[in-house]
Amino acid sequence: MTLTPILAQTDALEAALAPTVAGRSLWQDAWRRLRANRAAVASLIILCVIAFASFIGPYLLPWTYDQIDWDHIEALPPDFALGHYLGTDSLGRDLLARTLYGGRVSLSVGILATFVALAIGVSVGAIAGFIGGKTDQLLMRFVDLLYAVPLTFFVIILMVVFGRNFVLIFLAIGAVEWLTMARIVRGQTLTLRRKEFIEAARASGGSTTAIILRHILPNVLGVVIVYVTLTIPQVILLESFLSFLGLGVQDPRTSWGMLINDGAAELEINPRTLIVPAIFMTATLFCFNFLGDGLRDALDPKDR
Amino acid sequence: MSALPLLQVRDLKVHFPVRGGGLFPTTIPLKAVDGVSFDLAPGETLGIVGESGCGKSTLGRAVLQLLPATAGAVAWFGEDLTKLDKHALKARRRDMQIVFQDPLASLDPRMTAGDIIAEPLRNYHPEFSSADRKARVAKMMEQVGLHPAMINRYPHEFSGGQCQRIGIARAMILGPKLVVCDEPVSALDVSIRAQVVNLLMDLQRATGVAMLFISHDLAVVRHISHRVMVLYLGRVMELADRDSLYRAPRHPYTQSLMSAVPIPDPAKERARTRALLTGDLPSPLYPPSGCVFRTRCPKATEICSDVVPPRESAGPQHEVACHHWRD
Repeated sequence: MTLTPILAQTDALEAALAPTVAGRSLWQDAWRRLRANRAAVASLIILCVIAFASFIGPYLLPWTYDQIDWDHIEALPPDFALGHYLGTDSLGRDLLARTLYGGRVSLSVGILATFVALAIGVSVGAIAGFIGGKTDQLLMRFVDLLYAVPLTFFVIILMVVFGRNFVLIFLAIGAVEWLTMARIVRGQTLTLRRKEFIEAARASGGSTTAIILRHILPNVLGVVIVYVTLTIPQVILLESFLSFLGLGVQDPRTSWGMLINDGAAELEINPRTLIVPAIFMTATLFCFNFLGDGLRDALDPKDR
Repeated sequence: MSALPLLQVRDLKVHFPVRGGGLFPTTIPLKAVDGVSFDLAPGETLGIVGESGCGKSTLGRAVLQLLPATAGAVAWFGEDLTKLDKHALKARRRDMQIVFQDPLASLDPRMTAGDIIAEPLRNYHPEFSSADRKARVAKMMEQVGLHPAMINRYPHEFSGGQCQRIGIARAMILGPKLVVCDEPVSALDVSIRAQVVNLLMDLQRATGVAMLFISHDLAVVRHISHRVMVLYLGRVMELADRDSLYRAPRHPYTQSLMSAVPIPDPAKERARTRALLTGDLPSPLYPPSGCVFRTRCPKATEICSDVVPPRESAGPQHEVACHHWRD
């Protein structure tokens, strides 16, 4: 019999392999799959470089963001001897220093405000959707109420009451952006709530909190992450809009939105002042989108 | 059954409020389960059969308190579950589990098989170390015929039968005393069905778990059950010992159900006369008066529309709710 040894061998092999299979969680799996996604990894690296440059870079440059080079008050083309690696703006301030400083503001507003929105939106949405009934009604009517408040009006009131403060920008934007997040998460939760595996979780003794954390959140994550990657650019643009109205950061401080706004004004005479911050901002937004796509795919086990 | 009943269900009713239409909508109760009583002994399997929409699944969920009962009592070792608070109920739930009809839908798509099976352990034994938990999951997987190396796979990577085995493993890992099987094999291929049914029977033999086996497949119910309960529009038509019910069904409804089962012998199949039912199940919103089955019953007379037939004993271990069962 030639078959017997082959069969016996497979059994032995399986038996030998079996004990080495370690348990893996969704997160470990997701990380492994994310690393296999080239676009996502490249985006992650570029984002890290931009973030690192924005937060550390300004200290390494010969000029600071608010320092005026009085000898070159006109927009100077890139000049390595003077230390203006990307030239200056029309007021003689170093463009690279300003762009990196602007990145610091834009990235922190974008990421922090989005996380504020994420935390509030996901908790409110999941609770409203899962518990339903009166809780749902109450929370969602509150969301509707806040939707009706105009953003600029809301920010002006905040400024008047608390004075000008950088943190207020996070709060104001976060307080507006979470509304949509809450609605999206609630909708997703409503469809999940009736699924049998939720009932199974309840039958096996899971409390409401455990079910929301263990089953609802991982299942809404895909949609949430896509929305987050859309929110970060939106928040960065919103910040520049507020700054333009004089409600955000003020000159000489700056952000990407403000730099692009200023650059657009002198597009015909000095396109460099538009192109440099625009490249940084588009690169960042692209990377967030790729990373978001990668995360969504990585977190969906059906995709592997 | 001489032993102390594990479960005593008394006059259980589950009504869902349904809003009517019109200018002044009133709520009408949809009587999904309307006055069901039965006992279940430890280690026993009670088959529950009936048409779609007769309240089988609702009954199973109401017994586990996954749906609130409108009236009646569900006594677990003599303690009424419908009156327990959340914490006490959670403690009792350790001993009662459920296996669902749709194997894939009952498993969280973002959890691995190992995590799914371990979930009851997490809920009831948070003190277990992850190694301990893993060992128990591996042992349970072997018991239900899954290779422990498949611990990291996600539900969509399994076949329907394997998914159902995961569902059974999750239900059995705490060593429950009662498992409600809500049509566990209806969604499976015929070839897989027997395997899963036999697995359930093996587990019952090994652990002494009692089962409420809900199904519309009379052959499967006959194979697995000790006793069988026939439901129609949320009411018990007949409740009897398996052999007694299949040998001599008393209720006209049971008789017609039995005659709808094909006999795997063409000669016999062609020769017999069938008592097939006509019409559809009446709406549970407006059930017929008296005996709910009278609108489709070949034996119906005047008394059937006036008087609700009581459950009478038609022999040892055999109860039937029909005015005309002696005819």
